[in-house]
Amino acid sequence: MKSLYGDLPEKDSLLSSGIPSVQDLDGVLPPAEARKKGPVAVLECFQKIPCDPCGQACKFGAIKEFSDVNDLPVIDWMRCTGCGQCVAACPGLAIFVVDETYSPEECLIAMPHEFVPLPERDQVVLLYDRAGRHVGEGAVHRVVRGKDKLATPVVWVRAPKALAYVARALGLPESQGRSGN
Amino acid sequence: MEYELIVVGGGPAGLSGALKAAQNGVRVAVIDRQEELGGQLVKQTHKFFGWSRRNAGVRGIEIGRRLRDAVLAEPRITVFTGTEALGYYPDNSLLIESPSGVSRITGKTFLFATGAQERMLLFPGNDLPGVYGAGAVQTLMNVYGVRPGRSVLMVGSGNIGLIVSYQLRQAGVMVRAIVEALPQIGGYAVHASKVRRLGIPILTRHSIKEAHGREYVEGATIWELDDKFRGIPGTEKDIDVDVICLATGLTPLGDLLWQAGVSMTYVPELGGFVPIYDGNMETERSGIFVAGDAAGIEEASTAMLCGEIAGLAVAAKLGKIPRHRFEEERNVLAQELSALRSGPLSSKVRTGYERIKALVQGRRG
Ligand SMILES: Cc1cc2nc3c(=O)[nH]c(=O)nc-3n(C[C@H](O)[C@H](O)[C@H](O)COP(=O)(O)OP(=O)(O)OC[C@H]3O[C@@H](n4cnc5c(N)ncnc54)[C@H](O)[C@@H]3O)c2cc1C
Ligand code: SF4
Ligand code: SF4
Repeated sequence: MKSLYGDLPEKDSLLSSGIPSVQDLDGVLPPAEARKKGPVAVLECFQKIPCDPCGQACKFGAIKEFSDVNDLPVIDWMRCTGCGQCVAACPGLAIFVVDETYSPEECLIAMPHEFVPLPERDQVVLLYDRAGRHVGEGAVHRVVRGKDKLATPVVWVRAPKALAYVARALGLPESQGRSGN
Repeated sequence: MEYELIVVGGGPAGLSGALKAAQNGVRVAVIDRQEELGGQLVKQTHKFFGWSRRNAGVRGIEIGRRLRDAVLAEPRITVFTGTEALGYYPDNSLLIESPSGVSRITGKTFLFATGAQERMLLFPGNDLPGVYGAGAVQTLMNVYGVRPGRSVLMVGSGNIGLIVSYQLRQAGVMVRAIVEALPQIGGYAVHASKVRRLGIPILTRHSIKEAHGREYVEGATIWELDDKFRGIPGTEKDIDVDVICLATGLTPLGDLLWQAGVSMTYVPELGGFVPIYDGNMETERSGIFVAGDAAGIEEASTAMLCGEIAGLAVAAKLGKIPRHRFEEERNVLAQELSALRSGPLSSKVRTGYERIKALVQGRRG
């Protein structure tokens, strides 16, 4: 189904294919007022697992501290500054920051990216959706490497606005090993 | 030389147990057949889940390094690496083999934290070079820096299959597909999604039919399964791979426990035969404790907590700490453990542990 998220199944696809459904994603979509305000975190975490680092990572109190480690994360989008700390902290690589206010044509998307070589600033990168399909190109805006070599790098890309909620992975144009399909 | 506690297995369970016991005054020996301490953790380059106050978000290798450094800095612990425990004797001794030869060491108490072994899968061609267990693929890549091949079929979508697929991609190896016999992905959805968006298809209700090749793997046929897990003729698909990686589950490594005469029981939810043990991780043979995957296939996070409980219980048994302090501290650890296991995805292991608890209570009854 063609949606804000691109061509994704309507529902019930997560556990049979790994692809979140439109229904899953609608449940974590920041409200319009938060999206209009600036960069905002999108927590694509849909299953109760014993995990809480996102709550610890947020220094703005936007992600509620967990009372039960198995809870789903709860975010107050109006307190979120889009700083990206939680993107680097999440062991599930399930958090992204989206800024739809970047320019009239482009958005910024922050994605966790654990592949070498890391792209350089202004480099053109290929963008992929949640099913791994090539959906367009973007340019690297910023690379945040984190404090040591074990940290998850966060790559901020400029992308066409229509891809704000579609693109969720990036690759270098010459990247090897992508199965494609 | 007699030790107060001999720990067999230097993975997260054994090291946590050794530390807890030593910190409470117990003289400990840790034995591991590998040259490096850490068990499975030395191969886990991904970040772990769990509580942030207990290493969540930290990569497995780093958790292993922290445990190892703490153990090496602890004066009450003697470490024997490259040393295999061959057998247990009723006079409380262990036969061990190291590069310098075979010898015996004796202990007042024992903690068996030997981990797990991988399950094989039957299919034509499974004896061809190029068919690997997931553990071997991880060891090649993450310990020795060697790519196992060019293009991989992953069998099994539990966390191990998903994580190893991701690590293969990080190493620049193509993963053609992950096949899963069940209708649902076995591992965490976040791991599945991160692999799927790299373009790796996860095919549920699918399995491998056969491997092809004369001297090594040159391809594989996969097919769809029906509700009874039988292959559906006509759905076969050939895929071009030179590696078939099996991530079809683990089973507790209990050889030494069997041999020591510990009572064992079959609990499918915990991966197979497991020792019967009480809330202190002590088996029905007094002084023999267990922890980690050897006591039931689970996670490093839970293995460490069980190891700590065992280490503490050893200290109490040897009279190093007063009973009330032991109970207080043990209850805190037990609470953390049940909180970790309280989620919907832990329902299987919960059932498994309930069975063991019922057995223990029944026998004491
Ligand atoms: C790919 C993969 C990903 C994983 N991801 C996670 C995760 O994200 N989070 C998580 O919590 N857990 C994870 N786990 C699970 C975790 O690694 C295990 O549950 C944990 O390592 C079990 O610890 P253990 O100490 O019981 O056993 P192990 O780590 O297996 O250690 C057992 C040790 O015993 C030694 N040994 C065995 N027999 C003998 C003998 N006879 N003599 C001498 N030494 C012996 C072995 O050499 C080994 O070092 C993962 C596992 C795998 C394979
Ligand atoms: S992006 Fe920053 S402010 Fe927003 S939730 Fe994440 S850590 Fe908190
Ligand atoms: S850290 Fe990531 S995987 Fe863990 S609860 Fe938060 S969003 Fe989910």
